[in-house]
Amino acid sequence: MSQRSTPADVSFNLVVGAISTVAILILVAPVIIVIATSFTTSQALRFPPPGLSLRWYGELFDPVRSAPIHTAAINSVWVAGWATVIGSVLSVLAALAITRVARPSARALEASFLSPLVLPTLSYGLAALMFFSVMGIRPSLNLLIAGHLVVIAPFVFRTTLASLTQLDPALLEASANLGASRFYSFRRITLPLIAPGIAAGAFLAFIASMDNVPVSLFLSTARTSMLPIRMWGMMESTLDVRIAAIAGVLILATLVLMVVMDRLTGLTRRMSA
Amino acid sequence: MAAAIATAGAAPAGDKVDWRLATPLGLTYLVFFAAPFLILLGISFYADAEQTRLGLDSWLKFYTDRFYLKVIWDTLKLGIFAVIATTLLAYPLALVYRAASPTWQRVLLFIILMPLLTSVVIRTFAWIVILAREGVVNQTLMALGLTATPLNLLQTELGLVIALTQIEMPLMLLPLLTIMNQMDQNLVDASRALGASKWRTFFRVILPLTLPGWIAGATLVFASATTAFISQSVIGGARLVYLPSLIWQQSMVVYNWPFAAVASLTLLFTVLAGIMALSWLGRFARTT
Repeated sequence: MSQRSTPADVSFNLVVGAISTVAILILVAPVIIVIATSFTTSQALRFPPPGLSLRWYGELFDPVRSAPIHTAAINSVWVAGWATVIGSVLSVLAALAITRVARPSARALEASFLSPLVLPTLSYGLAALMFFSVMGIRPSLNLLIAGHLVVIAPFVFRTTLASLTQLDPALLEASANLGASRFYSFRRITLPLIAPGIAAGAFLAFIASMDNVPVSLFLSTARTSMLPIRMWGMMESTLDVRIAAIAGVLILATLVLMVVMDRLTGLTRRMSA
Repeated sequence: MAAAIATAGAAPAGDKVDWRLATPLGLTYLVFFAAPFLILLGISFYADAEQTRLGLDSWLKFYTDRFYLKVIWDTLKLGIFAVIATTLLAYPLALVYRAASPTWQRVLLFIILMPLLTSVVIRTFAWIVILAREGVVNQTLMALGLTATPLNLLQTELGLVIALTQIEMPLMLLPLLTIMNQMDQNLVDASRALGASKWRTFFRVILPLTLPGWIAGATLVFASATTAFISQSVIGGARLVYLPSLIWQQSMVVYNWPFAAVASLTLLFTVLAGIMALSWLGRFARTT
């Protein structure tokens, strides 16, 4: 397959190699710099740090001084957890409803269920705030769950639909021919085979909810504060080094979750598929 | 419910949509997604902040004021710059990924996914540390003697585009990698065997074949960059105004909800216009 190398080919390889290196650097550098900064001894956010210590992690885990951060983190996990569970159940049912249907109605449903991925969720956040206030419903964690649910459901819907299209229909026919009821086939064949897809989607949905700014920005209040919004507040007022420590904890938690999910579901393959 | 699931479990290809299964999510979307947008549209037709009088005043004020028209244009421009920057960086990286061994592909995929799984707030925060006056970029430039005084990179469009490029690049890369993997290697080999250089093969074979993946990526990048409130407000500061910060300011600071609703719908139209332009480009590209 190898060809003779002309000057044009050499220049192509050089350009591709150089730009890729820059791209990788841009992708990785910020993550590494934040982690390094979180171990600094100084008050200021500087890289490289003058000395290394766990000082800011100590501050972050101090139950009194960092209480608002802890509350926000617990709220975020609570909302993300419920939104993911409810969103997954609804999305799996919806994906089952339209799988292998070629009709325009099925395509239209698919497009509308995926629409929060591209429609500006910031516009949606404001719309949700106006809707709930017109309805006279006071802000609460339940409202945040409803708002997040709509925005993160497409992640599970998409991965489940992808798994269902790869499912061999002959398996279900065989099961039916052997006398299995349709529900039995679903429980014993369909569900186990699409479970990794559902799990990968649920993982992405949970991460997306934990990280959601546009909806939380409008629906959360001082009483129901959410982690990204509190971090935004910390960045706007003082450049508190505890933000870097929060980043360190979140990155570690995500990495652990990601490795676990990759073992269970082949997450990295699914995300590029 | 059990019967409905069972029907879907063995549904033959080309059958009807099973509405019993689609209804729960459909209703949730109607109540919590479609209805709020209708309310938003309704509120935009109030003429005053107190919402006592109906009228087109909010729309007229927004679309006749040069300041607000410039905000729309700047928001569009930011989305376009982000798409261009991510495209220039992502295509070469996707080519490297395609040529890499399975082990290296996994490493690259991990590098690409890691920022995506790091909170947007944290990624923005990282760029403050990097772009600040005493940040990494300025320290490096000054150590190399390239500049005597630190450059102001925060609160500039350039700084914001750089940050958004990192934040959005995975969204461009993931669809691009998928389509690169599906591309028929024989076509590339044929082009090379017929004497085409790598440049020519890239522009005449690889680029057209991977265009659908690029369009999917560009759509996500455009939609995400134009609505990136945190990055825009933290890195752009008070000097740069985009639609999201305008929406925030009008709704939660000034409490002019009708005007905020107009700005919000304008953001929606801006994103939809971008998506439609991209899909039109896709159709145009496939027929030529």
